[in-house]
Amino acid sequence: MRALALARWVRAWRVPARGHSGHGGHGAHRPPPQQKVSVEVLDHLEHLALVDFRDSEGVERLQKAIEFADQLHEVNTDGVEPMDSVLEDRCLYLREDDVTEGNCTKELLQNAREKVEEYFVAPPGNIPLPKLEERDTFLQGS
Amino acid sequence: MLRASLRQVSAALKEGRVTPTELCQQCLSLIKGTKFLNAYITIAEETALKQAEASEERYKRGQPLGVLDGIPIAVKDNFNTAGIETTCASNMLRGYISPYNATVVQKLLDQGAVLLGKTNLDEFAMGSGSTDGVFGPVRNPWSYSRQYKEKSVPKSHSEDKESNWVITGGSSGGSAAAVSSFTCFAALGSDTGGSTRNPAAHCGVVGLKPTYGLISRHGLIPLVNSMDVPGILTRCVDDAAVVLGSLAGHDPKDSTTIQDNFKPFELPNLTDVSKLSIGIPKEYHVPGLSGEILALWSKAADLFQNAGAKVVEVTLPHTRYSIVCYHVLCTAEVASNMARFDGLEYGHRSDMNESTESMYAATRREGFNDVVRGRILSGSYFLLKQNYEKYFVKAQKVRRLIANDFVKVFRSGVDVLLTPTTLSDAAPYKEFIKEDNRTRSAQNDILTQAANMAGLPAINVPTALSERGLPVGLQFIGRSFQEQQLLTVAKWFEKQVQFPMIQLEEVKGHDRDVFQHKKSASFS
Repeated sequence: MRALALARWVRAWRVPARGHSGHGGHGAHRPPPQQKVSVEVLDHLEHLALVDFRDSEGVERLQKAIEFADQLHEVNTDGVEPMDSVLEDRCLYLREDDVTEGNCTKELLQNAREKVEEYFVAPPGNIPLPKLEERDTFLQGS
Repeated sequence: MLRASLRQVSAALKEGRVTPTELCQQCLSLIKGTKFLNAYITIAEETALKQAEASEERYKRGQPLGVLDGIPIAVKDNFNTAGIETTCASNMLRGYISPYNATVVQKLLDQGAVLLGKTNLDEFAMGSGSTDGVFGPVRNPWSYSRQYKEKSVPKSHSEDKESNWVITGGSSGGSAAAVSSFTCFAALGSDTGGSTRNPAAHCGVVGLKPTYGLISRHGLIPLVNSMDVPGILTRCVDDAAVVLGSLAGHDPKDSTTIQDNFKPFELPNLTDVSKLSIGIPKEYHVPGLSGEILALWSKAADLFQNAGAKVVEVTLPHTRYSIVCYHVLCTAEVASNMARFDGLEYGHRSDMNESTESMYAATRREGFNDVVRGRILSGSYFLLKQNYEKYFVKAQKVRRLIANDFVKVFRSGVDVLLTPTTLSDAAPYKEFIKEDNRTRSAQNDILTQAANMAGLPAINVPTALSERGLPVGLQFIGRSFQEQQLLTVAKWFEKQVQFPMIQLEEVKGHDRDVFQHKKSASFS
């Protein structure tokens, strides 16, 4: 009885022949393997994100992520508008421009480590991060 | 008493059979007794007891605030809670004491709920196992259940029981474990790609993801602004409806909440399902789906059909791309959202003081773990000028296609979709960590995250125990803002399957049950 019931549902489904497990691959339309990301781009990313790759594993992770994302190009999106939000059919709520809260300087300053009176203190700005050659980064050796 | 449902214990409080302080103390004591689960990061003992005392006063005067008055709850540690440390399980926010309550937390407190503490999660809610936070992984309470132990084959004398505990799933694993181990009656999680439903399935509890825009995200530390929602974890569907009733509604502080009036509802006891149309999306039969879950899914479909409902196969053609689309959109939004962590105004700050940029870089290097950094870098790559159209905008277009798939299906007359929640039952921790976070997320989010793409409500209902004695759940996806219909169907299903209660063995001295739990016939 149980086997029959299962078969009724399973037979109706077309089980994809290829393994999926999140690594893509759909036969004829598979894009060519992505070229390795250049050191310049990696350095650029580190600058933009202010986060470092730390080691080759980090770079590998990015490569795999790009490879995974490349599957998107198999989809035909001609004439499709990008979707920003699922609530796009509704108007954004605007409230009256009245000050209803504030005066919480003390609370806001409480969590900052470096402060002077009512200021957050930052180290000097307008000093760019050192260039790749001068920086202590994993990418230097690449 | 702790094994009762939220509604049952609320009635008990009203009738004076138990007091809020007794309840609170029992929960706190049980939390201590289940410390090995690592479900909680912070336990707000003092404030919880104060809240319980205040609640007791109200009950004595006969003026409780509502159903939630005096009920112990737990909140995932990525919700801001005033005066209580909020860490998101990250070094970046260690020691950060929120100056305000998230709207959902405030709403619960306004109803008199007792906040026991903050639960553990994957760092910044990135992950599908609750294994990647700085406070360590969360253990699934079912690892210590009689049901699991009976089915595990003892391998050797040297392998002690400690080593084959299973994960909770993620990223709201702490919340799910807290509810599942009876330390609280409801918990808040967050759901961006399945982070509430996944651990709910693995821990045998109800996990509800509401429609995007129904519940305020103000105070929820954001991951993906266009997909995040606060999630609700409870032990039964009725409880989820109660909590939903107190949380849903427009919030002036969150412009992404809809303005429609929300009326809390009570779930009817559905007896006639003949007018219901259940859709079975065939693309959800993914390779990797365990035979057990496939069988359970099929049985559930039969259950509905035999009861008179119309069960149809439907198609959501872009399903297999939803995980890729999610991957791009998620990393892109993460790259943007994590930019706020620079150490200047809150959180960890590095000692590096050469320049602003180098301070930021050092702070972020020290504060974020590999997973977070990896996602930020991937996201930054997809947002580069040369890649923007190719990846980010493309993913947004694919998102529309996915959302449209659902619209088409619901327009064709289907009321609710029935799918599995996870590919298999909970994996042992040792197995789970063999693959990295990104791979695991890609594998485990596959069935849950399309609902986030389309902003639809979805719920996991614990269905049966697997061969290994671990919980397996099934997912229902409903129409936008039709939580009442979704929960009604889920409640009917819950009643049919009679999911067994966990028989926790490791905890001593907490069995003062007022309510007998019957050993009901299970669904499997």
